[in-house]
Amino acid sequence: MSPNFINLFFVAIGVLAIILYLFAVRSTNQHYKIWPYYRTLLWILGVFSAQAALIGPIASQAHHNFGAHMVGHLLLGMLAPLLMVLSAPVTLILRCLPISKGRRLSKILKSRLVKFIGDPFVASVLNIGGLWLLYTTELYSSMHHHVFLHLLIHIHVFLAGYLFTASMIYIDLISHRRSYLYRGIVLVIALSGHGILSKYIYATPPVGVPSVQAEQGGMLMYYGGDAIDLVLIFIFWLQWYKANRPRESQTLSESL
Amino acid sequence: MGTRKAPPGIEKQLNRRTIWSGILFGVGLVSFIDEMVFHQLLHWHHFYDKSTTSFGLISDGFFHALSWLTTVGGLFLVADLRRRNAWNGKRWLGSVLLGAGLFQFYDGTVQHKLMMLHQIRYNVDILPYDLVWNLTAISMIVIGYYLVRKSKFSFEPMKVSGSNS
Repeated sequence: MSPNFINLFFVAIGVLAIILYLFAVRSTNQHYKIWPYYRTLLWILGVFSAQAALIGPIASQAHHNFGAHMVGHLLLGMLAPLLMVLSAPVTLILRCLPISKGRRLSKILKSRLVKFIGDPFVASVLNIGGLWLLYTTELYSSMHHHVFLHLLIHIHVFLAGYLFTASMIYIDLISHRRSYLYRGIVLVIALSGHGILSKYIYATPPVGVPSVQAEQGGMLMYYGGDAIDLVLIFIFWLQWYKANRPRESQTLSESL
Repeated sequence: MGTRKAPPGIEKQLNRRTIWSGILFGVGLVSFIDEMVFHQLLHWHHFYDKSTTSFGLISDGFFHALSWLTTVGGLFLVADLRRRNAWNGKRWLGSVLLGAGLFQFYDGTVQHKLMMLHQIRYNVDILPYDLVWNLTAISMIVIGYYLVRKSKFSFEPMKVSGSNS
């Protein structure tokens, strides 16, 4: 596979993702309540942010500049997943599918496999563990020599980022809900893993990365990660706040 | 009709929630000031110090992650207490000082000294800095504890609209 072919592949996926989402919105608007505009906007921004990491100037810089690579990582593995989770794609699909197919999809979503990989802890290991593997072994340097490996790693970074975000904040309907306490504890551990890795990269550059670039990349990962995580944390607590509102029909003790 | 007397169990729970809200926010606040003032503005603290032990790196990463969750969470707990009419400013402020002092003391002793995370400032006689740092922490703990003990926990139960039975 040539790099050009890969670029074309990414562009095609991005365009397809936006077209399908818009089609689904149009179809659901004919039958149900109008799909919120901001969700469509979030989806498009999410696709753009992933595209910015995969093609164009950041992507071409990323081959020889670790700082640019890290900007790409923040866009593809953190920002794009967050924006796309917030656009509730699973809810949209379920609203568009005919009942029989919708049932089949929700059966898959309730399956043991989804329960397993959707657990916040497993999702965190896939996400943060994958990054440790990438930056502390020779995987990072060999990624630049093997196009297929490059493709695979980028797909993993995005999917793991999406899974992680979706396991922490519940925007789409989810059958295996975990408590706020459990999710909060796992979230702290996962964010710690991310922060520690950034400082580790700062001190111990990945194979083939000059130390100046590793320092720049490590700090970008640390502070850029913070900025995006802050949004995630805010939504996490906002959901807690809404879920724990005192209701009129409840007695005080029940509402606590 | 009138104000209902809240059962003691609930008072206790809201009381605990007030203290936790303050402590969580206090921990977050100190981390934030540390990052803002000492790392970014003064450039006294270093992002990474070669003498850091690996355990220090883990502790730093953990508390850094925790501090964001606690800052935001502490404030959402404040909003929650207010909508329940269970806000007690004095007790909350005391708890903030308590949380802030405890974390600053941990940072100033275990993280700076034991784990050699980074020093308060470089190329100076560090002793006065360490003393001011940790004495500030201890006074925050003492004042915070005093305020929490002094504050009376008064609790006005929520007005539940439409319940006249």
